[in-house]
Amino acid sequence: MTPFTTLTAVAAPLNPGALADNVDTDAIIPSREMKSTGRTGLAEGLFAPWRYVPTDDGTRLPNPDFVLNLPEYAGARIIAGGHNFGCGSSREHAVWALAEYGIRAVIAPAFAPIFAANCIRNGLLPVVLPRGAVEALAGREVTIDLATQTVTCGDATYGFAIDAEPKEMLLEGLDAIDLTLKSQDSIGAWTAADRAARPWIYL
Amino acid sequence: MSTAPRTLFAKIWDAHVTATTAAGADLVAIDRVFLHERTGASALKSMAASGRPVIDPARVFAVMDHIVDTRPGRGDQTLMQGGQGFITETRAAALAAGITLFDVTDADQGITHVVSPELGIVLPGCTLVAPDSHTCTQGALGALAWGIGSSEAEHAMATGVLRLMRPKTMRVTFTGTLPKGVTAKDMALTLLARHGAGGGAGHAVEFAGPAVEALDIEARMTLCNMATEFAAMAGFVAPDAKTYAYLAGRRYAPAAFDAPYWADLKTDDGAVFDAEIVIDASEIRPMVTWGTSPEHAVPVGAAVPQGPQRAHDYIGLEPGATMAGTPIDVAFIGSCTNARLSDLRRAADILRGRHIAPSIKTALVVPGSMAVKRAAEGEGLDKVFEAAGFEWRMSGCSLCFFAGGESFPAGSRTISSTNRNFEGRQGPGIRTHIASPEVVAASAVMGAITDPRDLMAEAAQ
Ligand code: SF4
Repeated sequence: MTPFTTLTAVAAPLNPGALADNVDTDAIIPSREMKSTGRTGLAEGLFAPWRYVPTDDGTRLPNPDFVLNLPEYAGARIIAGGHNFGCGSSREHAVWALAEYGIRAVIAPAFAPIFAANCIRNGLLPVVLPRGAVEALAGREVTIDLATQTVTCGDATYGFAIDAEPKEMLLEGLDAIDLTLKSQDSIGAWTAADRAARPWIYL
Repeated sequence: MSTAPRTLFAKIWDAHVTATTAAGADLVAIDRVFLHERTGASALKSMAASGRPVIDPARVFAVMDHIVDTRPGRGDQTLMQGGQGFITETRAAALAAGITLFDVTDADQGITHVVSPELGIVLPGCTLVAPDSHTCTQGALGALAWGIGSSEAEHAMATGVLRLMRPKTMRVTFTGTLPKGVTAKDMALTLLARHGAGGGAGHAVEFAGPAVEALDIEARMTLCNMATEFAAMAGFVAPDAKTYAYLAGRRYAPAAFDAPYWADLKTDDGAVFDAEIVIDASEIRPMVTWGTSPEHAVPVGAAVPQGPQRAHDYIGLEPGATMAGTPIDVAFIGSCTNARLSDLRRAADILRGRHIAPSIKTALVVPGSMAVKRAAEGEGLDKVFEAAGFEWRMSGCSLCFFAGGESFPAGSRTISSTNRNFEGRQGPGIRTHIASPEVVAASAVMGAITDPRDLMAEAAQ
């Protein structure tokens, strides 16, 4: 996994003017854009319902009004969104699509829990900041420094909270499974004892 | 051993912690993993590619539910273009991994969260995860069950644990008694309307109180189903005599529930939660959503409040419009929220001797599992639905979400017993109103959003 240390980029706002609350994973990547059981080939479907306009011949064209289609946000690497970002379906494809598109961080007042966990597992940083702060930095160039847990925008610096474990995983680009497999012995011992205590669990 | 009063959540969580990392994450043992064809093949294939086996395949299950066709005579072909690959790859991956698969044509096929309780796979006090956000449904059996991503599913299958930060606890207490014609769905929508779609973020939510205890197990599943709509990590109800009676004799359930273990699965008196919400059930009315988030819910008789302009634009209803009487095009009874036998019975009670309005273009019942379908047919419910003008289908997720298969012209308005009314959830431009099966049935009859109590009163006269 690619480590996340610092990142300087423009924070593309969803949507400009009024940050959208409850941006759901169906909007981030609609089910119909998940065309295979793989984890790639998803960037094109990112935000498809908003990013494209359908044409009469069944194809689609970029929606000139959608934020990622505006020249100032070409190659965006940070998204700024509203409350409960990433709610809805657990599909990790939402994060895979963001990552494949080039997004490395999302800044929002709150994240849906499964989405936030999916971000961590894929090297994306979910940054939680108060709504006022997100609004203040939306559309501007910001620097995110994970080690110091700060977002700097112009003269303003905002601190954000993140649990120690996900921070470490991101900073070091750790693979969670590899890490956990190092605890195999203690898990095995726990399981042996549990098998005696709750035999009905073991089918 | 400490004797301080503990929440049910703490009891289940603590009993599953195999170790705690230096950074404060718990390695929580996972008792059951459930996969479906939409996200399961991805996880199994990725594991195989990295050479990691499923450590205990006997505790991993998979079912085909999301994109399977629900028309009679179905096979691997899906209405969704390219969908067949998800089915065949899931089948092959399940076989290779040695896990139990309930395949397209199996008698046990159905929606994950319907099948798992039905077969006694989820148990009180167990941890169960699935790469599906509505896994919280299964908390109705007194389990800690929650949705995860595909990478986490791999993690659970490869290691037997998940690395988790302990969530906070919340208790949502429903006092009083639900009025007639008001259901668990209306409880969930009322909670969302009052406390918001982000209201449960960071919390594991225990549903409690007399109105929850009064619910049967299937209704508890409806309530817990929407804990994810509340942004909660999980939603659950403490197991009681009803829970154990429900599970008795089910295929994967233990032969007896008499060990002291089961009796202790409850929140001790005096245990403290990080947050508490109390709702008087007697105030709840049949609900319906007006907008594009499940929190956009109001009583059927109420007016549309002022919400985000984007939601008003998408749904085509301005503030002040009354929900009741809004014409609809499609009626759908299905999904892991509301397609169990009791749901179908209650909808059929409203439809018996009636017919859907001529303006309804499609009306569909998709049972939550093939077992539900058989049981319903045993009672003649299929005939009631068909006589009323509903189509009677095989089990699957169907119109609950749009995968590129069945849908309707943009702008169509559906009344749906499902859990999400997001933009495009049921197809591009489709306007979804979520409600109880009763509201769906009554609205189908009237051709417009209707309080089911209007028809119940009529039937009683
Ligand atoms: S019925 Fe709907 S909510 Fe339930 S698992 Fe299927 S798609 Fe998800």
